[in-house]
Amino acid sequence: MKSVRVGAGLGFYGDSWQPVRASIERGGVHYIASDHLSELTLAILQKDRQKDASAGYARDGLPMLAELWPLAAKHGVKFILNAGGLNPQGAREAIARTFRDKGWKATIATVSGDSVLEHLDELRAAGEPLAHMDTGAGLDTVRSRMLFANAYLGAQPIVRALEAGADIVLTGRVADAALSLAPLVHELGWRWDDWDKLALGLTVGHLLECSGQGSGGNFGSAAEWAQIPDYAHLGYPIAEVGVDASALFTKAPGTGGRISFDTLRQQLLYEVHNPHAYFSPDVVLDMATLKFDDQGSDRVRVTGASGSARPATLKIVGGYHDGWMGSGIIGFSWPQAYAKCEQASEIIKTLVAERGWAVEDMNVEYIGYNSLLGANADPTYRDQLNECFLRMTIRTQERKVADAYGRLFPWLGLSGPPYVGSMKGVQGAKELLGIWPALVRRELVEAKVEIAVEKV
Amino acid sequence: MRVPLWKIAHARSGDKADRADIGLFAWDAPTYAVLKREVTPERVAAHFREMCDGPVELWPLDNILALKIVLNRALQGGAARSLRMDNLGKVVAAQLLRMEIEAPADLPRLRAS
Repeated sequence: MKSVRVGAGLGFYGDSWQPVRASIERGGVHYIASDHLSELTLAILQKDRQKDASAGYARDGLPMLAELWPLAAKHGVKFILNAGGLNPQGAREAIARTFRDKGWKATIATVSGDSVLEHLDELRAAGEPLAHMDTGAGLDTVRSRMLFANAYLGAQPIVRALEAGADIVLTGRVADAALSLAPLVHELGWRWDDWDKLALGLTVGHLLECSGQGSGGNFGSAAEWAQIPDYAHLGYPIAEVGVDASALFTKAPGTGGRISFDTLRQQLLYEVHNPHAYFSPDVVLDMATLKFDDQGSDRVRVTGASGSARPATLKIVGGYHDGWMGSGIIGFSWPQAYAKCEQASEIIKTLVAERGWAVEDMNVEYIGYNSLLGANADPTYRDQLNECFLRMTIRTQERKVADAYGRLFPWLGLSGPPYVGSMKGVQGAKELLGIWPALVRRELVEAKVEIAVEKV
Repeated sequence: MRVPLWKIAHARSGDKADRADIGLFAWDAPTYAVLKREVTPERVAAHFREMCDGPVELWPLDNILALKIVLNRALQGGAARSLRMDNLGKVVAAQLLRMEIEAPADLPRLRAS
């Protein structure tokens, strides 16, 4: 019986690819699906591209392939990665150059056409309002400040690239799960209207797209996280899908982490809105019919996926400039660590008010007390803390205010409350971005999608 | 008796635009029935009143003994414009685990401890 094994690659820009080696060496995978783009990674890549027109792709795709390709080629493993970012062709050229230098052979394909920033006016002329999906606000309010805008493409163009013989497929923005769904469709010959099978593929992609979070990493629990074995060598999840339309989740033998009903169901609901209608460009999944059969020994079989027809629209996510953040951190030790932080925050507030700066928002947090738990922090030991850090941030439209704000803090070291540590320099202004989700008729975007193939 | 959720459930959270979303998972079926009854959108909204400006949505999933909870307008506009340390809402699940509900003392996890 034919089956396909897809292994998780990276889960975000900056993730580790060391666990991918074990999946290739000992996990029996045929494909690695690697996700380099979180919702706002494209903002970083846009800044790279503004400085250098040949940049704008995720920089970790090349070193990952440079390290793993000889092993992958030996095992016949193909890579599908969205590390193309805003410049898939640029990523392909960089990888092809390295491969040629090393004398390696590969067929490398790119999928492009997801960026709609250059076409926003054209799309609106075609009748697409591109209003904010959640607030209904009109695009005009942010149009001139938009830094990037990309549609989430589906698995179809990736499948076309695989049909063209690609060993490595580099995409820009695609639905994260499409990176895994595509090889399943390609290898198992699924039809594009076999919604239940596509829904299983979407489930697989969703469970793999956050790398270690599918195999015991970030296992959110009071004490059980400590029972996850060998975090240092945590294996990324692998899914084996056969013609019976079930998926077996596992990981490479000898790796750390855990594949279980508990670790998988945490990932299933991660960053999902309505679980009865989990949208992707290729199918809509209802998670309520999935069945998890935990067989022990890091093996879980998933069946029962049910899907319905794909949407007529694609989702766009844009990012726009939305002011600047100024920030400062200062740490105080016992005695009265919290009280001194509080006093310092009052001093800073006074200085800000006296300068008449245009500050839209201020956030005051006490690291070691409530900076992560917020209003749900327990105040019982607040006044007995060994040490406490004050972190104060502001939002302003003026960059120079955000910069000047950070320079208020070092002065406190000699002229404020006693026993200060952590003076590690001034934090400069950081650009803030608003996010713009919108819908667009899919054919308007898909008509511009291009696949290019290069043999190295 | 009053029981904090961390004693009987596990949870993970994340972000999408200006939403924080949480998966809350019962360790066993009897606990799931209690979560379904006691963890209501109204109570969750009250627990997060300081950070969540929009409605709370909640879907029970019997097949995986879980509640999917979404806090709308909870991330100061979204991760990349938030001023918070936890701009990605990853700790929101831990905040939820501090919520207390009314639960029978004979739930499996409570008996074991």
